[in-house]
Amino acid sequence: MRLSLLTRERIFASSLLIPCFLFVFAFAFYPIFYSLFLSLHKIILSLPYLGSPFVGLDNYKELLGDRVALHSLINTLVFVFSTTILEILFGLVIALVINRHFKGRGIVRAAVLIPWAIPTVVSSQMWKLIFNDKYGLLNYILSGSNTSAYTAWLAHPATAFMAIVAADVWKTSSFAGLLILAGLQLIPDELYEAAEIDGASSWQQFREITLPLIKPAILIALLFRTMDAFRVFDLVFVMTQGGPADSTNVLQFYGYKKIFAEGFMGYGSTISVLVFFITFTVSLIYIRTIGTRLFHEKR
Amino acid sequence: MNKSLFYITTFIVVSLSLLPFLWFVNTSLKTPIEITAIPPVLVPSGTLNSYQSAIEDYNLLHFLKNSLIVAGITTIITILVSIITGYTLARLRIKYKGLIMGSLLVVSMFPQISIAGPVWKILQDLGWLNSYQGLIIPYVTLTLPLGVWILASFFKDLPPDLEASARIDGCSHFQTLFKIIVPLAAPGVFTAAILVFIYAWNEFFFALLIMTQQDFQTLPVGIALFQGQYTMPWGEIAAASTVSTVPLVLMVFIFQKRIISGLTSGAMKG
Repeated sequence: MRLSLLTRERIFASSLLIPCFLFVFAFAFYPIFYSLFLSLHKIILSLPYLGSPFVGLDNYKELLGDRVALHSLINTLVFVFSTTILEILFGLVIALVINRHFKGRGIVRAAVLIPWAIPTVVSSQMWKLIFNDKYGLLNYILSGSNTSAYTAWLAHPATAFMAIVAADVWKTSSFAGLLILAGLQLIPDELYEAAEIDGASSWQQFREITLPLIKPAILIALLFRTMDAFRVFDLVFVMTQGGPADSTNVLQFYGYKKIFAEGFMGYGSTISVLVFFITFTVSLIYIRTIGTRLFHEKR
Repeated sequence: MNKSLFYITTFIVVSLSLLPFLWFVNTSLKTPIEITAIPPVLVPSGTLNSYQSAIEDYNLLHFLKNSLIVAGITTIITILVSIITGYTLARLRIKYKGLIMGSLLVVSMFPQISIAGPVWKILQDLGWLNSYQGLIIPYVTLTLPLGVWILASFFKDLPPDLEASARIDGCSHFQTLFKIIVPLAAPGVFTAAILVFIYAWNEFFFALLIMTQQDFQTLPVGIALFQGQYTMPWGEIAAASTVSTVPLVLMVFIFQKRIISGLTSGAMKG
């Protein structure tokens, strides 16, 4: 039997996708289901002789009563919400600056990218030093040499939380800015010229032309930033270890601690599953909103 | 925005972006006494002791070597697989393209903790904890979406007649891809390579889980776990941080345009 040209191309094309599929299935999709499987078992890494008995939903029942888990969930949600909002706002300012034509724009763009390029572990150590209670730069900027007025930023729940938010906003606002920049670049100059002729002020131009037209870009930036904020880990690990009093404990860090530091592979996996379902739902909501907007505009 | 407001904003944005890190570089050139001094020392004595100590007492060069190996090999594998996958999705007739691109996007977005336990277990069963391949394979998986999205969008923009004429001249699909398409998409390949390299160079979470022995740890793990006997070794941490960041800073200044186009192309064209 001879296969048609189209069929042969399809078979060939599918075979080209195999390497990519192998990686993604073995180390991304399969592990998600494996997490679900592990979460139904009692597995303690330090007590291997207990085996891995099936315990049904016991781990989930335990999760419901776990106050630290609840605390981490709330912290994660507050962190996601506050960093995303701030990053979109600062990102908008950055995008407006680097979208202008001026001498040295290339250098300004590169400078803005530096925080994005720095390893998060490095920026976390850097902020940890700046927030230091005895010789940190921030205390000196606020109180000068009057050391009695110095604050131990990372030792109080509220300020420690604000510190990791600040460090995250510093690091990733430029990424949000770049996504918004891509939206700005799609706006034709003629629109502004026409508005200029009609006597519109620059604020009116911003509100009536810029904002509505970059809405899709802002939604995309929101999606990417939200998803990324859900996996905050490096900052917490280096700056606070989740403390003080779990005030900066977030789901990814708590899950890591349960599974790897304490060895509760089964129980910790319920957190993996929880995180997956939360982010999956949130991304579906975003993609539906963005999808209907973007694809309709493209048609 | 009027002119002066624009320049003030630009100045603030640039200062806020650069100064904190410059302060850290500054710290790496100070003596321990200068680091803890109040008021802070603005002009450091310029000693390289912290660098020397980071190398001799904290194995800095060892971490550097591991990072180069892991990030380098990850980049090569991811780019090769992304070229083939991106080409297929952009140029060949195949069903479920949208679904495949969408699932790749999902892979790049869900938090690592949702797969961490199983990935660790799989690697343990294979005996690949504390091995280069044990870290490279998860990294390839996590960077593939980025590579495929960028390359697919570059391949899509190339004129379609190219392949047709190459095919008429008797080239196979593979020859067409590597002799004609890839050279033309070289800027895209290069952009994707930079971004994948930066990701692998900076990744911390999986490196922490998989590399529990110092022999195989990468720079981020090393820097996060630097511990002094009595005090924080800030000079050494800052020195190691500077060493691990300088290559990235150079890349950003040289390839700024490519990085920006790479980060935005995948997102906007999808």
